[in-house]
Amino acid sequence: MPTHPPPLLIGCAAGFSGDRTDAAGPVVDTLIARLSAGPAGQQAFLIFETLAERTLALAQLRRRADPDAGYEPLLDDMLRPVLARALVAGIRIVSNFGAANPRAAADHIARMARELGVPVPRIATVSGDDVSGPAQRDLLRERLGAQMPLPEVDALRVVSANAYIGAEPIAAALRDGAQVVVCGRVSDPSLAVGPAMAYFGWAADDWDRLARATMAGHLLECGAQVCGGYFADPGYKEVPAPESIGFPIAEIDHEGHCTVTKADTPGGLVSLQTVKEQLLYEVHDPAAYLTPDVMADITEAQVEQLAPNRVRLTGVRGHPRPADLKVNLCHEGGWLAEGEISYAGPRAEARARLAADTLRKRLPRLNLRVDLIGVLSVFGDDAGRTLAQLPPGDARDVRLRVAATHAERAQADRLTREVMALYTCGPAGGGGVRSAMTARLNTISCLLPRQAVPTRHELLHGATA
Amino acid sequence: MNTADTLTVPLYRAAHGRTGDKGNRSNISVIAWHPALWPLLVEQVTPEAVAARFALRQPSRVQRHLLPRLAAMNFVLDEVLDGGVNDALNLDAHGKSLSYLLLGLPIRVPADLQQHLAGPAQD
Repeated sequence: MPTHPPPLLIGCAAGFSGDRTDAAGPVVDTLIARLSAGPAGQQAFLIFETLAERTLALAQLRRRADPDAGYEPLLDDMLRPVLARALVAGIRIVSNFGAANPRAAADHIARMARELGVPVPRIATVSGDDVSGPAQRDLLRERLGAQMPLPEVDALRVVSANAYIGAEPIAAALRDGAQVVVCGRVSDPSLAVGPAMAYFGWAADDWDRLARATMAGHLLECGAQVCGGYFADPGYKEVPAPESIGFPIAEIDHEGHCTVTKADTPGGLVSLQTVKEQLLYEVHDPAAYLTPDVMADITEAQVEQLAPNRVRLTGVRGHPRPADLKVNLCHEGGWLAEGEISYAGPRAEARARLAADTLRKRLPRLNLRVDLIGVLSVFGDDAGRTLAQLPPGDARDVRLRVAATHAERAQADRLTREVMALYTCGPAGGGGVRSAMTARLNTISCLLPRQAVPTRHELLHGATA
Repeated sequence: MNTADTLTVPLYRAAHGRTGDKGNRSNISVIAWHPALWPLLVEQVTPEAVAARFALRQPSRVQRHLLPRLAAMNFVLDEVLDGGVNDALNLDAHGKSLSYLLLGLPIRVPADLQQHLAGPAQD
């Protein structure tokens, strides 16, 4: 009878930059408990997903200001509480918390280990995702051409350009003995696919297994969103102890099928509903979920509740990976100005509407978005069609919000000054003015051929330890 | 319209869902609370009905993908986010709240299926 490695355990302790930083402790404790009760040879990984579409551009700006910065600012808060325990237990760590500066993140982790009094682990960095340099510039210009004429590409103040790279360099680093793998822009599911490839020895064209592990990674990549986070809706969808949600742990078997569980805390929920919502999260065509590793097809996927907080996913199929890699390019996009003021009591809505009308007349050169918070805000469109078709009502507690962008800071800033001036010149009883000016980053996307984006891994620390 | 046999309820009593975004495109899942409600959703929560619900946000295209084994469907709405997270002036530039705009869609539920509806009946 053929023997297979026991299921691989992968816990995820962050779903974005800014997630709860105390999530990793219970995940690591649960992994340690399951490893000690589990079969010989079983392995466990801890992943953190901390890069959203524009997080990387913000990191690039921090690196420009300080060459030792540009990685996840909360790295220390997230990792320090668990690093020693994880390393001692043989749990390896894979994350994209390297952001725009994986090497500096690796140095930080080595320093952290020394301070914690544990041997400095073998730390690998993965590179190749940054395509903003001269090597890919001409190709990038060519590929962006249809979206943006060449002179404008050159004039763009480019902040970052990164390709979404896949699991192969992660798997290679792990096969080389890395205990910690620090990446920048890898596709989120690849954080789980890399460990699975290294552990099970899958080939890079084992499409069905890669697709299944990809969907396991997809379920994990948003942290608590698969196990009770972003789910609760009183009276309809109850979640136990949302203040202490146990973050997710997937068990991936040798065929790639996964069972979703969670860290053993009183909080959170793994149910058919939580798993289905996350399975379809940010998916477009379910027959063609594209990553750098594979094209996954979940049209025949099925979920089964095996036990409380244990849901198995099967039925995922895979097809060959795309020839091209997606690139996100971020460039400076002018300024966003926002201002708010509150009206309450009788005729509050009428006074807020009059204030909005006054601002429009005072700022004819800005395209204002107007929200009446408490009446209509986030469901409305920027052009104001939704608000325009809403008959004036009698809301008694309304916060007026206006927003606009402009390429020049001084022009955008006129909005914040006009909102402030409502204190003395606007309708009666306005209070609580707040305003903000934010530098904008805009994103455009294109595809680059895979061969134009060589990736590599490098062991930086503890290699000889 | 309610008759002796049919009850009109908001979609959230028959289904739950979540919104995701990529750039200027939004996807919204609609997942039946019970498999018995699935044919009803397929019949009534059509791309046309969703396009009408979002008409003021002017999506350039609304596509529906069916996942019968999950009793779920996935709607993809193109150019519905005023440019998306980096460009929109909306407080909710991701459009994360939009699942609840869709879940307010009225649907008609025949008497024999009303036992599968979720939530307090007065809603």
